[in-house]
Parts: sequence; C-alpha cells; structure tokens
Amino acid sequence: MNSPTGSESPAVAALGLAQAVTIRLQGVIVRYQAPQERLGTFKEYAIRRLQRRVVYSDFFALDAIDLEVLRGEIFGIIGRNGAGKSTLLKVVSRVLVPTAGRVYVRGRVSPLLELGAGFHPELTGRENVMLNGTLLGRSSRDLEARMDDIIDFAELDAFIEAPLRTYSSGMVARLGFAVATAWQPEILLVDEVLAVGDEAFKRKCQARMQEFRLAGTTTLMVTHDMGAIETLCTRAAWLQRGRIAALGPAAQVIADYRAA
Amino acid sequence: MQGETLGVKTQIYDSLKRGPVAWEELRGLVQYRDLIYQLVRRDVVSRYKRSALGIAWTMLNPLGMMIVLTVVFAQLFRTVEGYPAYLLCGLVAWNFFSQTTSAAMTQMVWGSSLLQRIYMPRTAFVVSAVGTGLVNLALSLVPLFLIVLVVGLPLRWALFFLPVSVVLLAAFSLGVGMLFSAWAIYFPDVAEMYQVALIAWLYLTPIIYPADIIPETYRFWFLHLNPMYYMIQLFRKPIYEGVLPTVPLLAAAAAIALLTLVAGWLVFTSRADEFTYRL
Repeated sequence: MNSPTGSESPAVAALGLAQAVTIRLQGVIVRYQAPQERLGTFKEYAIRRLQRRVVYSDFFALDAIDLEVLRGEIFGIIGRNGAGKSTLLKVVSRVLVPTAGRVYVRGRVSPLLELGAGFHPELTGRENVMLNGTLLGRSSRDLEARMDDIIDFAELDAFIEAPLRTYSSGMVARLGFAVATAWQPEILLVDEVLAVGDEAFKRKCQARMQEFRLAGTTTLMVTHDMGAIETLCTRAAWLQRGRIAALGPAAQVIADYRAA
Repeated sequence: MQGETLGVKTQIYDSLKRGPVAWEELRGLVQYRDLIYQLVRRDVVSRYKRSALGIAWTMLNPLGMMIVLTVVFAQLFRTVEGYPAYLLCGLVAWNFFSQTTSAAMTQMVWGSSLLQRIYMPRTAFVVSAVGTGLVNLALSLVPLFLIVLVVGLPLRWALFFLPVSVVLLAAFSLGVGMLFSAWAIYFPDVAEMYQVALIAWLYLTPIIYPADIIPETYRFWFLHLNPMYYMIQLFRKPIYEGVLPTVPLLAAAAAIALLTLVAGWLVFTSRADEFTYRL
C-alpha cells in the first residue's frame, strides 16, 4: 500500500485490516480565542485596545483528537451540541486548519453540509448548478458534461431555465443534493442534512448514498439520529467537550453514550 | 500534493505538509479559475437581469455623472480644454478603483459565511470583485471614447497603451482591496469608514479639477504622494492628451501597483487561515 505518512499504525495492522487509512487525525487541537466581551466594531476594538482591556478566553473545540478512518467505512460521530462534531468535519474538509496536531486526508472530500451554498435567487437553475458546482471545486467542463444527469436527478426538467427565486425550498434542496452528489465522492461528509424534500426524494438520496458505500466511498457522518448510526455505521466516536469519550463499534459507542 | 494510485490522481491533504499559504492560494486560484468566472458572471448577470435598460446602465452611469459635474464645474475650469473628456478619463479610472475595492470588502464579508462551510481559495472573492470591475470598465470605455470624439479631441495611437494602464490599475486595486478586506472581515465598520475615506480621497485627487489650481509651492508633494494620481495619469495621457506616459511616470505607477499587490497578497494570505476561526 502506498502510504506517504509512513506505515499503518499498529492498531490497524493488528486488526488485520488491509485497507488504506483515508483520514488520520493525530493530536488535533482547535482552539478558538474569543474576546470576553463582544467587540463588534473596529472603533470599539481600538478603544478597548488603547485602554488595554481586550481579554481573550480560550475555548477548545477539539482537544487532542486521535482518529483513523479506513477506506469504505461509514463512520458515525455522536455527541451533544457543542461537543465539536461539526468542527471535526471542518478540519477534515480543510475549512479549518488545526491549531496544533496533524490532519491527513487521502482523497477528494465532498461536503454534504450545506446544500446549495452560494445559490443566487436571480440566476436560473442551470446557472446556479454552474455556480454551486464550481464552488465545490468542479470545472465548468465537467459540470456541463453532467448537466443532464443533475437536472434529471433533481427532477427539475421543466423549471431549469426559471430563476431560483421561483423554486420551492424542496426544489432548491433537490438541486443542491444533485450537484453535490453528481460524482462518486472518495470521502463524503454528512452533517444532519437529509431532512430535506419529500419522502420519495429522501429515499432516492438514501439509495444514492448506499450506492456510494458499495462503490467504496468513505463517509463521515454527524447526526443525532442514533437509529441511522446503528444501521449505517461500522464504527462510531462519541465526542464530549472536544475529546473522544468512546470509540469503537457503533452499537457499543451508542450504548456508552446512552448510559452517560 | 498529488499521489498516484491505479493511474488515477489522488488528492492528498496533510496539514503539516502545506506549502507557504501565499503560494498555496495562488495554486488554488488557478485550480478554481472556473469559479472566478462564475462569480464574475453572477455579478454581471444578476445586476442586469431585472432592469429594463440592462447592460446600458454601466455606460449611462459615468455619462450621467460626467454631465452633472460638467454642468457644475465647466464654467469654473474654463481653462481646461475639452473639460468633459478630461473629467471622464479620471472618473472612469476612479470609479473602477472605488467600486472594486468596496466590492472586495462586501464580497469578502458575504463569502466568509461560505468559507466557514466549504473549502475554496480565500482570495477567490476579492479576485472576482476585480474581474467584475474589469467588465464594467470595458463597458464604460465606450461612452468615454464617444465623449472624446464629441469634444473634438483626436484619437491617437497612444490609445494602444491603455491595456497596460488597465492592468496596473487593476493590480493596485486588487492590492488595496485585499489589505482592507482582510480587515473588514473582522469589523463591519471598516467598510463604512472606507466609504468616507474614499470621498476625501476623490477630492484630494485632481479628477474634477485640473492639477494646476493647486498652489505651486506644494503641488509636487500633493500630487506625488497620492498613488491614485499616477493611476489617473496613466489614463489621461493616452486618452486625453494623446501621448504615451513618460518613463518616470510609468516606472512609478508600475512600482506602486506591484508593491501594493504583493503587500496585499501577503497580508491577506497570512491571515487567511484565521478567517474561519472568527466566532
């Protein structure tokens, strides 16, 4: 196996898993420094600064996280609000550079976090596919080649030339999902996102994600839905105040979480 | 950072093996060039979609401003031959500068909510603001040339120098836009203060008035400490005077533009990783 970060860790080797490590976090720390009072404007900031009264307090969103996710896994992340679940996804997707520690990600990351980010109400559905798709790092040429599939999956054939402001929220979500999943992702990040659209479309989305799993996509999933974790995930981690409180087979981690 | 597996390129991200951010951003921008195009297209298209006169507004805007200012000031500055053309030269360059630097800030504030959720080059929004400005500048050159012809000034070969003027002005504006938007992302009032500063800067620059009304004793310093004076001259020389800029003027303008761009790029990218740490 071609592994640029060195040999696989002993823990993984001992399990006899010949799979590649897709995501590896080593001692990852994300520390926010927030001023204790809200300094909304530069004027306020400058005055306080002159009075030497800007006091910062540290907040550790992630506090020394070690984690390895293997190729093809669906890995669940559970925990209360503010435990650092979304921060963990941000570190993997490169949105946040960790304050300390190391993040290693092998493969292209597709975030299924914010469907239709950057959509513009005045542009048509087709124009928005181009805008949203390039925001996700696709090239115009690739998007044009997949345009028919995207429109087809979103079931928006009749409306694709209409401005987005005329769409219902369900239609917008469908279009966003169709663009985000137009390509088989190597790594998929899912954050409480599939509560959109009607039942029929929800089933279609789940079917597509199932398809990805069979084809080898690695999925990192954040949700409060324990049922979904139990049925979908191979392993899971429970985050508590930025630390891993439990890590292992999904059923066991959920049991620990519920017992607490 | 590319690995090779089964003949397919695999992206590898290692937070400890990143190059300098200033360089990584440049590479990212090349990779995301289609995004820049789409952002510019969005700005241009969405601005005109719901207005009846469409794209004509970009041309009528400077024209209208020129007419108002000409009515007000033409008598005062009777000594300036072809005053409407003199005025419009400076105005077109100034509008580009003030619009792109302001847009860079608003785009960055808008884009920062996207940057919290999806990875993309952080410079994309500021660069696209300059791209949109270039489209508008190209359109506003049409009424400018019309006015030059109307007031009876000849169009000369020196006009072919204009692309250089545009590139230098764009580089300068991009640099200023980056310096201020890296700051405006933390404090919304920076954009407000900048608008006030722009008004003062406009009146300190000989755009509406001729440079020779400034008392001779301190005219040199007054003009030559103002970077926008060089930029305006880069437009006025070939269009209004019909001559090429002198070598010292060109050298000074190029040095200002490049230094501002490099400084803006370095300041912006050195803080780019902190943008998403803002709570």
